Amino acid sequence: MTAVLPISAEPAALPQEEARPGRWRRMPAKAKAGAILLGLFVLAAIIGPFVAPYDPSFQNPSPALSLHAPYSAHLLGTTQSGQDVLSQLLTGIRLTLELAFFVGLVATVLSVIVGVTAAFLGGVWDEVLSLLTNVFLVIPALPLLIVLLGYLQTKGQTATILVLSLLSWPWGARVVRAQTLAIRNRDYISAARETGEKTWRIIGYEIVPNEVSLIAASFVNTVLYAIGASVALPSSASPT
Amino acid sequence: MPFILRRLVFYLVAAWVALTINFFIPRAMPGNAVQSVMAKFPNLQPAAYKALEALLGVGHPGSIWHQYVSYLNEIFHFNFGTDVSQYPASVSSLLVQTLPWTIILVGTATVIAFLIGTGLGILAGWRHGGTLDRVLPGLMFLQAIPYFFFALILLELFAIRYHVFPTGQGYDNGLIPGWHWDFISSALYHSLLPALTIVLTSIAGWMLTMRNVMITTIGEDYVIAAQAKGLPNRRVIYTYAARNALLPQLQGFGLAVGFVVSGAIVMEIVFGYPGIGLLLLNAVTSNDYPLMQAIFLVITFAVLLANLIVDVIIVVADPRARTMEAAS
Repeated sequence: MTAVLPISAEPAALPQEEARPGRWRRMPAKAKAGAILLGLFVLAAIIGPFVAPYDPSFQNPSPALSLHAPYSAHLLGTTQSGQDVLSQLLTGIRLTLELAFFVGLVATVLSVIVGVTAAFLGGVWDEVLSLLTNVFLVIPALPLLIVLLGYLQTKGQTATILVLSLLSWPWGARVVRAQTLAIRNRDYISAARETGEKTWRIIGYEIVPNEVSLIAASFVNTVLYAIGASVALPSSASPT
Repeated sequence: MPFILRRLVFYLVAAWVALTINFFIPRAMPGNAVQSVMAKFPNLQPAAYKALEALLGVGHPGSIWHQYVSYLNEIFHFNFGTDVSQYPASVSSLLVQTLPWTIILVGTATVIAFLIGTGLGILAGWRHGGTLDRVLPGLMFLQAIPYFFFALILLELFAIRYHVFPTGQGYDNGLIPGWHWDFISSALYHSLLPALTIVLTSIAGWMLTMRNVMITTIGEDYVIAAQAKGLPNRRVIYTYAARNALLPQLQGFGLAVGFVVSGAIVMEIVFGYPGIGLLLLNAVTSNDYPLMQAIFLVITFAVLLANLIVDVIIVVADPRARTMEAAS
């Protein structure tokens, strides 16, 4: 099986344990750079709060430390009220990554469910779900988000994640629906149906795996959107 | 069903969904919104208390259905109730004050960005691989960095360090708004920097899609035929290639309007611009629920209307949309 790989001259000689570093080396430079960058942020999110040099919300009363430029004791300087910027950054990364990941996950799952169901079942289902998708696409999300969060008495991470996920699935659903429409009449789907596969099995094993690249792209877009929106939300200022 | 009629029905449904969401949000939320408002504004009259209860559905006067009907009735008469943070001003009067600021600034900036971006996209697509193509990644970078960050940097640079532009607000403090030159020139001057940030950050998107569609359109037989006939380049570019490449661009414009309005909220917060986004922020921070809901509805309706206008333009620009109309 490894013989088809054009890179290694003696594929059979490679022991199984060296498969992993080999895969890393074969990765395109762009992917490597991306993985390293993401890895750094994930690392900071995991260990950030433990290695932060100060309590991020501690306000140093010394007037000399208000808006201080970066120096050895405060590597990124201080805020107006004397808080250490580096500590705030290290603690904040976890909150933002958490929010982005969960919003991306929930919204992507929702969009796949809506998109695939609409396209695969067709008929009235498609009409209703497409209408719903388009309506939510055209209603401006940010004002709605702000109003929703304005009403919530407990403003925090969970509320923001819930509201953001509920409002960021329509784009993905539209793309997934279009792609499902394009592949639902392919031969292998018809073949699966002829052999009497159940609908959920066709969806789960034949359709969704063929849309993984699309779903991944939609996940990335949702994550970007979630980070941008969470920054723009004035009322959801994450607790630091 | 004719294309425009079908779209009209769709927008009506969307408007109804928005109205209904707006109706149910205060009723579905935990906590007593009226109590928190009353606690914040002790000088409210009992009459305002009753009106708030009716609007937010607390105390449940009548059945849900009855509340819903009277709510729709109020909205259709453009009556959004009395404002609580700037009592006794009516919510609609506050909206009328702020809406023109946002529409004029954001509308103009968006149209300018669309025109410049599309124009550059046409040229970049025509001279595929040329100088303009190499400028594109730089413009994409402007779009990729968070808007508020970019706006803050420009503000720091042009308003605080070098006093080229004012630091914010819609006009000079001493002026009384009105139709005289002092005020208009001051408003124009204050709008330059916000407009610049919107244009710079949104050009790249228009340029990229236009360029990509241009490149595929140029490969079409009719463009090659036009060139083979010996038509002047100008005519081939604009009448043959660009006109057809413009259609997906127009459809994108409709959807983008929604994102533009959202971006405008951030812009107004950064620049302290007296538009509807800043009003929304103030409404949220002061728990002004009637105002919040009215702003949401106004923004939604503005977006729906803009989309409808774009659909009309598409019918005018695209003969296929018209024939579709005739066929179906």
